[in-house]
Amino acid sequence: MKRSRRVRDHLLVGLTAMAVVVILGMLALILFDVVRGGLGRLSWRFLTAAPEQGMTEGGIFPAIYGTAIMTLLMTVAVMPVGVTTAVYLHEYAPPGSKLAALVRIAVNNLAGVPSIVFGLFGLGFLVQFVGGGMDRLFNGGELRWGQPALIWASLTLAVLTLPVVIVSTEEALRAVPKDHRMASLALGATKSQTLWRVVLPGALPGILTGAVLAVSRGAGEVAPILFTGAAYYLPDLPHGLSGQFMHLGYHIYVLATQSPDVDATLPLLYSTVLVLLMLTFTLNLTAVAIRARTRRRAGAAAH
Amino acid sequence: MVSYTGLSPAVTITVEPARARKRQRREKLVSALVTLVGLSGIAAVVLIFVFVGKEALPLFTDAATHAEAGLDKMFWPQIVRAGKPAVFMWQPVSTVPKISMVPLFLGTLKITAVAMLLAVPFGVAAAVWVSEFAPRRLQEIIKPVIELLAGIPSVVLGFFALVVLATTLQDTLGFTYRLNAFLAGVGLALAITPVIFTVTEDALAAVPRSYREGSLALGATRLETALRVVLPAAAPGVLAAVVLGLGRAIGETMIVLMASGNAALVSPGIGDSARSLSATIAAEMGEVVVGSTHYRLLFFIGVELFLVTFVLNSVASAWVRRLMRRVSGAGVPQ
Repeated sequence: MKRSRRVRDHLLVGLTAMAVVVILGMLALILFDVVRGGLGRLSWRFLTAAPEQGMTEGGIFPAIYGTAIMTLLMTVAVMPVGVTTAVYLHEYAPPGSKLAALVRIAVNNLAGVPSIVFGLFGLGFLVQFVGGGMDRLFNGGELRWGQPALIWASLTLAVLTLPVVIVSTEEALRAVPKDHRMASLALGATKSQTLWRVVLPGALPGILTGAVLAVSRGAGEVAPILFTGAAYYLPDLPHGLSGQFMHLGYHIYVLATQSPDVDATLPLLYSTVLVLLMLTFTLNLTAVAIRARTRRRAGAAAH
Repeated sequence: MVSYTGLSPAVTITVEPARARKRQRREKLVSALVTLVGLSGIAAVVLIFVFVGKEALPLFTDAATHAEAGLDKMFWPQIVRAGKPAVFMWQPVSTVPKISMVPLFLGTLKITAVAMLLAVPFGVAAAVWVSEFAPRRLQEIIKPVIELLAGIPSVVLGFFALVVLATTLQDTLGFTYRLNAFLAGVGLALAITPVIFTVTEDALAAVPRSYREGSLALGATRLETALRVVLPAAAPGVLAAVVLGLGRAIGETMIVLMASGNAALVSPGIGDSARSLSATIAAEMGEVVVGSTHYRLLFFIGVELFLVTFVLNSVASAWVRRLMRRVSGAGVPQ
């Protein structure tokens, strides 16, 4: 091989490697900065106390609580629907089904809808149409459900995370060997019995991965909850489903952009970012770990 | 009497007719229910389009609203002050509302262009290295780590751009304004680089090994193989990655809202403050009167974003399908 050719090759390969270094470097920079800035104020009190003195003192417990309860409701709403949709696509739809193809296209496009449009949907459909309709029907027109609330924010995020759950579950179903289904059917089990007793238990780790990824995504999204339920400051924890709630991501947004005294709130802001980042990273790493474990197990079973 | 006969004539499972009928009915019911819930994806997309569209519709159907905010006012230069030339201006809250969407489109375009110019080279180059040159062990570490970057909430990236990058970039590049289109573009690039990387890497990995072996056997170097054989073969997938990144960039809200400065200017400079379509919705929806023309305009922006990303997504998935046809058509034994 000519020497110049080799030099050129090394140079260009080095350049592509540089791209990886830069990307990883940015990630490291973000992590380093957030940890350095946020660790100082992080304490048990910070996690368990309410904000005090115009957000310059105290903690972020209501925001953590609000985020947790919202994602919990979201998960309860999205999992049955998402898993069933994946079951339809992978187990029940006849091969070459036009309807299944249409569902796939829809799910694919749903994943690409901007998060702020989900916010508009939550406001137009859930808050005003469903909530307003409930008020007219059950509440004599008095305003209770027809305003931004915990339940509407949770449901908005449930719609947003639907594709995450569907895609992960379908992948998990694909990983369950056909033989298991055949064996179950051959033993006289019906299709639904096979699904319930054989296929779903086999796919459980993958389904869990989907749930974890959905929670991670849902906990971090702010745009969809801007006008469907998040509030900047509430002295009390939300009362019931129709109350507004504080949220970590929204808290970061407001503290970063609308704080009257940026320098005074900056340490708290950093710590809040650190908490949110740790939360999403832990969730994502959990998903990676579950996936790696099932892959190892599947590999072991194949030998 | 229903009987199932297996391969061996000796094995015959019998089920009583009443129970069998009941079982069959239950199976049909389950199947119908699963199919019904399976339509949720379609229902979600349709509901989003219908209910976002419904709130914007009076702009075109209601005479008074239409007179106040017609398409000409949104997209054609308007005379705001007598004697002055016609301009594009977004000032929806004012005694005489100015509702030109041109500054918002321009802002979105500028920020997205910066983001794409950064994210595409980095994302694609990184994918090429990881897929074609990285040792296997490293490959298995780098991929999840970059996915971790994709998992950072956009509000955190917005915070990082606003608090850390803004000052650094202003000092090094000498911007007049701390928050500007370039900064928002850089923040956005952080969000979409992992998307472009992951989809490109998948596309490169889908190219059959035989392509590489053939090229290497003909005397090409590994780099020549990567750039002239693998990358062209994976081209539809790489294009899909770029289009998906573009869709994400256009729709992304929090980073832009926090880092762009949000001034709806008509200026070509990337050092100037800019306001994007998505950030406009986020910033203004909170204070708008429900049912007002301004409210409807914000929903109309939502419809525009929905349609643009819908088209981009459809293009991307069509290209992914083309890639899959292409590489599976090669007929390589697994």
